This record gives sequence, structure tokens and C-alpha cells, in this order.
Amino acid sequence: MRLEPVANPSLWRATVPPAIAIGSTVVIASLLAMAAGANPFSVIGLILKGAFGSKFALLETLNRATPLIFTGLAVAVAFRARLWNIGAEAQLYAGALMTVVLGTGMLQWGAFALLPALALASMLAGALVLLVPALLKVRFGVDEVVTTLLFNFIFLLFISMLLEGPLKDPMGMGWPKSERLVAEARLPRIVEGLRLHWGFALALIAAVVVWVIERRTTLGYEMRAVGLNREAAGFAGIPVNAVLIKTALLSGGLAALAGFSEVAGLKGNLTLDLSPGYGYTGIVVAMLALLNPLAVVAAALFVAGIFVGADSMSRAVGVPSYLADIMLATALLLMVVAILLTRFRVVRE
Amino acid sequence: MASDDAAQVVLRLDSITKRFGKLVANDAVSLSLREGEVIALLGENGAGKTTLMNILFGQYTADEGNVEVFGQALPPGNPRAALDAGVGMVHQHFTLADNMTVLENVILGTQPLLAPRLDRGAARAKLEKLAQDFGLQVHPDAKVGSLTVGERQRVEILKALYRDARILILDEPTAVLTPQETEDLFATLRKAIKLGLSVVFISHKLHEVMAISDRVLILRHGRLVAERPIAEVDKETLASLMVGADVAAPTVAPGQPGEVLMRMDAVTTPARGNAPGLADVSLALHAGQIVGLAGVSGNGQGALADLIGGLIAPAEGRMELDGAPLDTWSPRAAVQSGIARIPEDRHKTGTIAEFDLTENAILETYAQPPYSRSGLMNWGRAEAFTREIIETYDVRCPGPGTRIRLLSGGNMQKLILGRVLEAGPRIILANQPVRGLDIGAVNYVHGQLLAARDRGAAVLLISEDLDEIMALSDVIHVISEGRLSPGFARGSVTPAELGVWMAGQGFEKEAEHAS
Repeated sequence: MRLEPVANPSLWRATVPPAIAIGSTVVIASLLAMAAGANPFSVIGLILKGAFGSKFALLETLNRATPLIFTGLAVAVAFRARLWNIGAEAQLYAGALMTVVLGTGMLQWGAFALLPALALASMLAGALVLLVPALLKVRFGVDEVVTTLLFNFIFLLFISMLLEGPLKDPMGMGWPKSERLVAEARLPRIVEGLRLHWGFALALIAAVVVWVIERRTTLGYEMRAVGLNREAAGFAGIPVNAVLIKTALLSGGLAALAGFSEVAGLKGNLTLDLSPGYGYTGIVVAMLALLNPLAVVAAALFVAGIFVGADSMSRAVGVPSYLADIMLATALLLMVVAILLTRFRVVRE
Repeated sequence: MASDDAAQVVLRLDSITKRFGKLVANDAVSLSLREGEVIALLGENGAGKTTLMNILFGQYTADEGNVEVFGQALPPGNPRAALDAGVGMVHQHFTLADNMTVLENVILGTQPLLAPRLDRGAARAKLEKLAQDFGLQVHPDAKVGSLTVGERQRVEILKALYRDARILILDEPTAVLTPQETEDLFATLRKAIKLGLSVVFISHKLHEVMAISDRVLILRHGRLVAERPIAEVDKETLASLMVGADVAAPTVAPGQPGEVLMRMDAVTTPARGNAPGLADVSLALHAGQIVGLAGVSGNGQGALADLIGGLIAPAEGRMELDGAPLDTWSPRAAVQSGIARIPEDRHKTGTIAEFDLTENAILETYAQPPYSRSGLMNWGRAEAFTREIIETYDVRCPGPGTRIRLLSGGNMQKLILGRVLEAGPRIILANQPVRGLDIGAVNYVHGQLLAARDRGAAVLLISEDLDEIMALSDVIHVISEGRLSPGFARGSVTPAELGVWMAGQGFEKEAEHAS
């Protein structure tokens, strides 16, 4: 058996394998639900209902999707240039840290000045966090997969140290958490009365901006060229290292917006459980979206829906919510196979 | 074939058809090979020669048709069955382990994997006898990594003979050889035929086909279009059969050399991997002149190309452009100085496979207006430029939005030509510009280079094909182990003389003269 590339995949070839992948994910999840002693149909139904079935559920899903859109974009941008940023988690916390450092009273500005300032400062912090591995890569050839991954742990411990020390809320009853943001530093709700903050709108805007950068700007052209063929890009005169650095700054900045949006829009302060691995899940989101910035939004909604729906299902029928992790992993693996099948055909020898 | 029964038929392919997706690589191809015969498979690149031989050797399975060796049908898709039946294949790219000796390479795979020890004694005796019989002199204990390309090819042939091959398939065997080595190879093949072997010789070099084969089969677009005894054809007939039309070779008038545009003075560059760097190279490129650089691949051509292309700078020595020394040197600086670069590997360095034609066409100029203004791309202008190239350079493609990997090599090269020539360059670096192209595309590329020369451009033509070098160049240099021979004016040197330099022998004499 061999794989042959398909020059122009037909509509059938482009749509059926991904559909089968989603279907198979549901079947596998059903089997697991049965193993846990529940009726598989009701489990799947409950997940859907819990994710999209009511206004409350839908808003919860959108809220959960917001940080995933940012980290998904961060990963998609970096992977597009073949810069393997596994460190969106650290960059997210860098953004969150900057938000609480500046937003808990240090800057006494009105909301219209303070919020953009906090967003930009967060992006700067995230960009700097990824700049270090990127410089190590272009200067010394250090593998960024290793450095960005390990940076996650270093940065989380650093945050932990701060929350036990200088950033610790004196009124926090001893819990490792920061002071709360001032009111001007909170992202308002998009519609009064609905639990959805402007971070979601910012995420949608970011997706469009990234799409425009990739398709319409010189930097985007350079990033794609460097990602597709570094040797040809270098031969043609594209400054490969400079492009990688710029990509790193953009990617780190996007991931940091997830931290800014979570703190300013949802939590109001910084704790060590701010992110349940949004940085890592961003990789899943970006891969499911085939690195397309607009598809990142859809992929983030899918992933967030599974998490929110599984939580609600778990409360209703007692099947562990770890089912969500399994569904996500299954969906990712099957989707990778499906994508392979849309691009290659299997030839029996 | 009516004459099949005249001598024993050792190999018969019967209406072989092979499809890759929509591409029909072989369309009902039949052929037969008789004992002691050399047949040549001639065809442009992409005509289906290699596919056909890979089917015969069991690396591909035919969609239709079957293969018979010595009257026995060969099970499809099984290289071992082909080996056991007595078919030996020498691939275009060698399949030897560099860190093992000649003897170890030859017996690799012939003895059981879990045998307590290799039976070297008998193997050595057999190898030495074969080497003797066929005139293939190599030292059995030499490491393959230390051998020349010609010697490695001998090892490949010995490997096939050691497995008692009665049918030898040689896929473009002369592409990597000097003229002398080619002669040696032909001598070996003639001995093999006397000893009763049969040979399938794949090539697109017409004079070699004329020199070695008894019968020539011509493939075009996967179909067998002609089969002629060699005595009944000449080179011109073969060429026109191959491309399906009479091909006009460019008639080359001598160039009118003008001022020096680029000069290198005692330039040295570091070695890279197995390939040597440049050693004390001095070279001048004049306006209106084609300088041909002959040599066996891997003798410093890459270093010279990278130097002119802006990828490396001299470690020692001086390099001047228009009489001014170069201080900062980069690919972009080279492009902006008016150097057109046709890279050796159009797939890996010349183009980005997943980019469309437009994105590839502006690869070197994307950062300048009109394509880029204040950081934004103007794709409309880029596409208009691409359409112009497609029109002017006759790039056959569905449109500028086609991904370039779907184009044939010739059309890809035409796009690269358009990309670099549209800017009106003053210096042209053409590194293997026609490698792997069919005759039509070859003539087109050569015509463009000559036209550029006549407009006053300085051209450096790097090629392993001596015919190409001798046909086009006003001045010929030979490169060997990073050293550059003196320049020979057009017509003042024979292939044999150049071959001596290519083998690295003239340099010592020159050094003796100097001392």
C-alpha cells in the first residue's frame, strides 16, 4: 500500500473523510459512555444540549471558546511559518500577569484608555516570552519545541512565586491569588444582561486580522514562504530569521491576549488555575482548523462545545467529564487521518 | 516483433500500462530484448522510461500487462523475484552504503541476515573474477565513501553481476560520468554482451545511444512511438522522433565580449560536507559572453554558484562587481545588483511547490513596489506580471493560480527564466539550466541565454553536460576539486582534453610549469 498525492481533490474527497471522522468520534464516545453504564444516545444528546441547547449553554460555550480562539490563532500563525510554538500556555500567563500588574491600580486611567493599554502591554509581554526561544533558535539552532515547552513550566512556577509573594492579595485569606482589577480594567459585556464579554468580539477581530496578515501583507507572504520551503525562501532573498522573529512576536502576542481576555473579561484576578491548558488545547484547535485563521474560530467553538457539553452531561448522568478529553483526542487523531485522505489516495500495490 | 524468434528472447514486456491518477505514465508499451543485445530506451524526461523499468524491476505494479523473463512470467511488485530471475538494475542515484567496503556492499542482502559470519572468502573470489572478466577495476576493501562517482557505478554494476544478473538495466548511467569514464563504461558493456548478457540502456543523450545500442525504442508521453535498428537512424531522426517534431538546435554565433562585470581574484571558500569549496579561484565575467563551467558534479560548482548568488561570501580573496569591491553580500543584494540566478534544483531552491505561479513569480521581488507598498501586497500587479511571463515565455499551465508543483519541469524552468530575465539582468548565473528537460525546452532555455548574451549580459553556464558547455560557451573553464582551469576559447579544445582537466590531471602539470 502506498500513498499518492491527489492533485485536485473532488468535493466528495474534501468533505466525506472529515465528516466520517466526526461521526466516528461520536460512535467511540458512545461506546465509552456505554462502558460507563449510561445510555449512549442520551449522553451525546446531553453533550449537545449542554453545549448549544440553551441561551445559557451557548454563552458558556462562546466564553469558553474565546481564549481558545486566541491560543489557536497563536499556534496557527507560528506553525504556518514552521515555528513550533508549544508555549502558548506561558504566553497566556504572561498576558494575564501584565494585565493584573498594570490593571490593579497602577494605571489610574479611564476604561477607553486603560483597556487598549492593557491589551497592548499584554501582547508585548507574550511576545517577549516567545522572543527568547525564537532568538535561541535563529542564533544557536536550539530546538524551539523543547524551549517553548519547558518555558511553560518555568513560567507557571514564576507566576506561583509571584502569587505567593509580591502579587499576593493581602485580603485574600491566604489564597495564592492577585488583587482584583479596578473597574475600568474590566472588559464590559457585549449586551447588558448576557454573560458574554468583549473579549469574544476581540477574538473574532483577531481572527480576521490574522487572516488579512497572512493573505494580504508582505509579512504574511514571507511567513508562508518560510513555512513552506525555508531553503527556497532564503535563496530568493527572504530574510528567514527576521521573519521567524516577527512571527514569534505576533504569535506570542496573540496567545497573551487569551490571558488578558480571561482576566479582564471573566475572572477579574490572576490565579494559578486561570487556564486549564488553553495553551495546549490551542494546538488542537489550530490543527483541526488546518492553520486557517478563520477556521480557528469554528474549531475553537467545536472544542469549547465538547468541554462545556461534557461538563453538563457529567453532572446529569454521572459519566466522568474526562469523556471530553477522550472525544477531543479522538477527534484530533481521526481528523489528521481524514486530512491525509483528502490529500492522498491509498493505492494497493 | 517479427524478428523475435531470430535469437532467444530473454525479456518481454507485454502491453504494460501504468497510471498515476490521471497521468498515464505507460500506455500499452511492449518490448522484447534478445540475448546479447543492447536496446536503448530513449525519451524526454517524463516520457515514462524510468516508470517502465521500475515495473520490470518490481518496484511498481503495472495496471495492465505482464513481464516475462526467460519465458517465465514475473510476479508483479516483487523486486526479489526480478533479482532472482536475473534482472539487475543500476539506478540513476546509487544505492550504496558509504561506510562499508566494496565487498560488503556487493554481498549486502545476498547472505542470510542471521548467519553467524559472512562468508567473505568465496565472495571475494567471485567478486575478483567478475571484476577481471568485465574489466571493472575496484579494490574490494576500499570504503565506498572514498570512491569516485565512476568507481561507485562500477560497484553498482558488480553488485548486479554478483547476483548473476543476465539482464542489466542502466538508468541514465552516464549522467554523472566524465567522457573517459563513459568510454570505460561502454567498454564494460561490450564485454558483458560478449559474455551473453543483455542490456537495457536508458538515456536521453543521443550520441551515446548511437554509440552503444543495437536497437532504439523511443517513448513519448508514455507511448512507444518508434522502434528502429540503430543502423537505420541518425541523431537528427532520433531527436525528431523523441519530441515529435523537427527540432532546430540554436545556431550559435560567437559573442562580442565587452567590459568586465564581475571579477573574482584568488577567492577561497570553505568546504561543505563532501563537496570542496573554491580553492584560489580567479574568474572574470565579461558583458556579452557566455563562460561555460565544465566539471563532474560536486567539484565546487555549488560553492561558485552560491558565491555569485549571494548565499556565501569569500573566505579569502576579492570579489568585484563593476570594479567596486563587494562588502555586503546577500541573495537580495545579488538580485538588486542585476544578477539573474537560475538555481540548480528548481524544485528545492528555485520554487516553492505549494505556492501558485504568481507567488513563485515574485519570490525575489515581492518586497519592492509595485508588489509591496507599505507592507501590503498588491496581488493584482503580481498576477499581471505572472500572466506576462506565462505569455512571453510560453509557460503551459491552467493559469497563474495553479500550484507550481503541478507543472512539468520545463514549464517550471520557463517560469523561473521569466522571473529572472524580465528584470533585464546584467549577469546571469545558469546552474544546470536544462537538467531533466526535454529537447524542446532545452532549446528554448539555450535560446533565451544566447539572446540575453547578445543583449550584453554576462552569462556563467554551469553544467555537467559537456555537449551543452561546448555548444554555447565562448570561454570554457573546468572545475575540479575547487580549482579552476585556465579559460579555453571556443573551438580551441576537444572533449578529451577537457576530460583530462575534469579528472583533475591538468592542474598538476600547470603547477609544475609554474614552479
